[in-house]
Amino acid sequence: MSSFLDPTAELAPESRIPLPRRESLVGLNVGLLDISKPRGNVFIARLDELLTEAGAIPRHYAKPTFTRIAPVELKQQIATECDVVIEALAD
Amino acid sequence: MRHYVLVVKEDCETCRMIQPVAAALALSAELRIFSQDNPDFPSGLPDLFTIEDDRELANSFELKIEIVPTLLCYDDAQETERLEGWDRSAWERVCGQTFSASLPAFRPGCGSKSQDPGMAEKLAVKYGSQQLKARRINIADGEDEVEACYDRGWSDGLPLVPPTEIRVVRMLQGTLRAADDVVGDVPPDYAPCSIEKIAINAVMAGCKPEYLPVVIAAVEAALMDEFCMHGLLATTYFSGPMVLVNGPLSRAIGMNSKGNALGQGNRANATIGRALQLVIRNVGGGRPGGVDRSALGNPGKYTFCFAEDETGSCWESYAEERGFSREASTVSLFAADGVQGIVDQKSRTPESLSRSFAAGLKVVSHPKMVMAADAFLVVSPEHERVFRDAGWSKARLKAELHELLQMPGRDVIVGAGGIAEGLPEKFKDQTLPKFRDGGLNIVRAGGSAGLFSAIIAGWGASGKIGSVPVTREIL
Repeated sequence: MSSFLDPTAELAPESRIPLPRRESLVGLNVGLLDISKPRGNVFIARLDELLTEAGAIPRHYAKPTFTRIAPVELKQQIATECDVVIEALAD
Repeated sequence: MRHYVLVVKEDCETCRMIQPVAAALALSAELRIFSQDNPDFPSGLPDLFTIEDDRELANSFELKIEIVPTLLCYDDAQETERLEGWDRSAWERVCGQTFSASLPAFRPGCGSKSQDPGMAEKLAVKYGSQQLKARRINIADGEDEVEACYDRGWSDGLPLVPPTEIRVVRMLQGTLRAADDVVGDVPPDYAPCSIEKIAINAVMAGCKPEYLPVVIAAVEAALMDEFCMHGLLATTYFSGPMVLVNGPLSRAIGMNSKGNALGQGNRANATIGRALQLVIRNVGGGRPGGVDRSALGNPGKYTFCFAEDETGSCWESYAEERGFSREASTVSLFAADGVQGIVDQKSRTPESLSRSFAAGLKVVSHPKMVMAADAFLVVSPEHERVFRDAGWSKARLKAELHELLQMPGRDVIVGAGGIAEGLPEKFKDQTLPKFRDGGLNIVRAGGSAGLFSAIIAGWGASGKIGSVPVTREIL
């Protein structure tokens, strides 16, 4: 492991902080990313129902295969179209 | 109680030559021998004598050895003599004995391995002589070092040189200032900024250690109250700090003041300006979308730094105008937008060319705005020649431009020319100067071919209400 010297004023903690949690999903575009494992579609369909009831706008995406990372174009599409994304790791 | 320390390496011819001397001294006095490259060297020592292995160079570093052989003499643990290389009479005096007459009177030694290129910094890091205070950010084995810098938000968008401890130690060798010396508080967070933090950001920007004094002076200039760095960062306007370097140091570090001086391709120009911006980003916390609210920005906010071409100029330099001597090296900062060209390939008289300049300068910010933005006029050598041939001083050119840039109020008030932008109606019967007093500055730079000059317009809040150009001597 190597280390760098911190170039900042060290006002923020060293470890990266997750983005703040959404208070509500109402009216937000929620991406549902199916990683293309069996029965992931079942899980995502149920999430769609629950999210719709909660006032969110589900949007569906799928990776071509669970064995590889998502293609750049798909990640860009999700980042452009969604406020929030849920990745379904069904098995 | 007297004792001796001898530091040698087998790779040195002089060290090999003095092996009999080491053997004689080992027999007659209390002696420690440190060997930098072979713990079995020197040979011919008494049977029970132990040579100390210094291949890690810890002792050589601690003893500040520069040459081998070095003989140190201690009396009561105090170093009283230090002999470098071979000087028979000096060694005989210090050791209190005579050595073989077959040895020459004098032979220089070799460089200590602790002084090999790059080794001094490695040893400084390893043995802790340089106490750096910055927090260590651990990078996982799988992380790409350049991507790690992006991920942590340190980059201006271009790749950074990862700020490893050894690179920072090397950078700090560019200044005599102490690493923990604080130059001031950097806006917008007003976080204290040490020389060490400047050095870290200079590493990331790609600076050489010899640029560091310029970067330090640029940061100090940016923190001068009259420069108004906080407002300059926060403004919706285009501007960012432009760095102008004057004096012999600009030439010594190879800055470009000639062809493409305002463009790319010169390491010093590119990285000094970038280092200042990275200090503001990383130490100050000033980032686009955060406190930096610029509507459009300008490409100079990556880096905007050049040197004035003083050596061939018929005019006094900008720094001389500011009261500094020609021998002083200075950094000046200006709250600048981008570059606007002035093309005039036909004027051969200063009267005509100054009118071209004035026509270009009238549109700074907006043709109807007066005394808002300052400007720098960068005059190229071929344009300067027109003034040189006619005997026009810089002061004369400024005075002529001042006259040419008097704006009739009726032309610049609200509604004039069918344009809503403009000054209040009450100014319609007045004549107003385009630039505030001292708001137009002239420097010389550029390539030897091309009848072009450049206007670098300034922040719309130039002057006391916002930013005025500042100059610091590079120490």
